[in-house]
Amino acid sequence: MSPTSEQLLSYADGALVLSHRLSEWMSNAPTVEEDIALGNIALDLLGQARGLLQTLGDEDQLAYFRDGQEFRNPLLCELPNGDFAHTMIRQLFADAWFAEVWADLAADNTVDADVRGVAEKAVKENAYHWRHSSAWVVRLGDGTDESHRRTHDALDALWPYRGEIASDHWYSRVEPVLAHATLTTPGRDAWTQRSSSDGWHTEHLGYLLAEMQSLARAHPGATW
Amino acid sequence: MVTTATSARAWQLLAAVPDPEIPVLSVVDLGIVRAVEEYDDGRRVAVTLTPTYSGCPATEVIARDVRTALEASYDVVDVRTQLSPAWTTDWMSDAAKDKLRGFGIAPPAGRVMLPLVDVGTPAACPRCGSPSVEELAGFGSTPCKALWRCQACREPFDYFKKH
Repeated sequence: MSPTSEQLLSYADGALVLSHRLSEWMSNAPTVEEDIALGNIALDLLGQARGLLQTLGDEDQLAYFRDGQEFRNPLLCELPNGDFAHTMIRQLFADAWFAEVWADLAADNTVDADVRGVAEKAVKENAYHWRHSSAWVVRLGDGTDESHRRTHDALDALWPYRGEIASDHWYSRVEPVLAHATLTTPGRDAWTQRSSSDGWHTEHLGYLLAEMQSLARAHPGATW
Repeated sequence: MVTTATSARAWQLLAAVPDPEIPVLSVVDLGIVRAVEEYDDGRRVAVTLTPTYSGCPATEVIARDVRTALEASYDVVDVRTQLSPAWTTDWMSDAAKDKLRGFGIAPPAGRVMLPLVDVGTPAACPRCGSPSVEELAGFGSTPCKALWRCQACREPFDYFKKH
């Protein structure tokens, strides 16, 4: 079944908001290689978001002139970076979600050709993102006592945000990685946050948007 | 690709437009020019480009450079973007891969199979030719590259990722 424009908006907003979060690591990542990796992933997500927003309307209007309640990204994507373990668990969860989103859109002959084109490209970009996040989660979880403890803290903190993105497919991707990382989940039946589909968000989105949108709002209509 | 005698002039001009980040390759070498069509007795030309990566900053520069190059020879230039089918490194020619190697970048190793589980291993160090290489980082200086190192000559080098 073709996705509704609300669903496409949730994919676009998820990619846009997560891209902005990852960009906050620039010049602050643990190593220069990680700075580059997170920058590359942020750039891919930004391009994917733009591609979808262009099919839904004016991309600048949608990105810079909507207020928080109009954003439809999953709550997970707007959560603060925390430490590197938090960022990697969040990325693992988001990458597993996008893997299913892009594969479904790329295989859907009823969707707009440009939407399918964005998805065909994103499927391959996502494969590299997943390779990166899953390798880090294993390395951190099955690492030192401190990295294990901090990654477990991240898992416990973020697991309640899986509800609006988790499917059987999602669990089947995420659970083996967490097991390999010697991390124990609270279980599929554990409590989860409600969805963001009615415009309900955490308090973190407003601050993120204030930074992301300030330039465009201070200079409406500005061009390079 | 539409390659007719009448569009040969446009293909020739495009073959001289370099990728802004890997200038040893032209936009034709990269495989992003999907179609070239001439109209109005050769006064008008339409070029269809397919971007390499979703967020590659070079995409907009390339579209501008293509337009500028063709405007030298045509009155009207249309630059179009086509997203589907998505660009793949399989569209790079063998000649392009040789150019990459000569530039110090290991070309993509093998054809792309979906889902993209096997991201490939560079066949050899582009500097000394040793097959003994190791990955340093899965992401590099541009979206299309990863950072590897040769275990024989110890030099780091870029690998153009399978995509």
